[in-house]
Amino acid sequence: MRRDVFQAIADPTRRAILSLIALNAMTPNAIADEFDMSRQAVSKHIRILDECQLIKKEQSGREIYYQFNPKKLKEVDKWLQPFRAMWEDRFNQLDAVLKNIKNKKP
Amino acid sequence: MTTLKETIYSKDEANKKLFAEREFDAPVKDVWRAWTEPQLLDQWWAPRPWKAVTLSMDFKDGGTWLYYMEGPDGTRHYCRADYSSIVPNKSYKGLDCFCDEKGNINTELPRMNWQVSFNESSLGTKVRVELTFDSLEALHKIVEMGFKEGFAMAHNNLDELLAKGLQ
Repeated sequence: MRRDVFQAIADPTRRAILSLIALNAMTPNAIADEFDMSRQAVSKHIRILDECQLIKKEQSGREIYYQFNPKKLKEVDKWLQPFRAMWEDRFNQLDAVLKNIKNKKP
Repeated sequence: MTTLKETIYSKDEANKKLFAEREFDAPVKDVWRAWTEPQLLDQWWAPRPWKAVTLSMDFKDGGTWLYYMEGPDGTRHYCRADYSSIVPNKSYKGLDCFCDEKGNINTELPRMNWQVSFNESSLGTKVRVELTFDSLEALHKIVEMGFKEGFAMAHNNLDELLAKGLQ
């Protein structure tokens, strides 16, 4: 199964987890407490986020804390690169069309 | 005079939206025409080396634009846009999709909602494009489909830049 950043953020629960821990590092239990679903279900979401490196694990004493890894989200911007390239090209051509309209005017 | 005009891109993942905003050195009424008249749209809509060819266009609320994009190898992608909320020289909405040559919608591929708005600016006109997708998966798929074309275009632009002597 593919594990990429896009897949990770496609799910609303995972987006909610990210916005929770973006503010404060949290333990898996504290995260699970915020959701109305089984701990197992929440830890599956955490695992996916972890595999995509959108979150980082940190050991503090006996507890594991998860924190947000914003660097990884930048990959989404890379994904959008071709999309940008398409619009750049379109807009540059539109510039030329507009110049033509202007020149044709008496 | 040639100036490089910067396009501002932004996104709102939670609402599955992408934005592109750019200024053009022309009055609003000219820019509006370039977006809404088929003989002008055909000149710029397709990213090179593709070209856009309009089959029919009825620019009014509830009207449709049927066109295809043709690649250098003759591959054709048929597309249609259904127009709504047209406010002349101000804004319009469109629902974009892939279809066959008769305009029958391909339901396997994601659709895309557009809103384009035009505003007077110091340079001439500021255009803001807002794209809304049904899901992040749809957004993902559209971007993936754009990869091949995007790659070809990047090279094209580089060629042009090199021809100009990298000013």
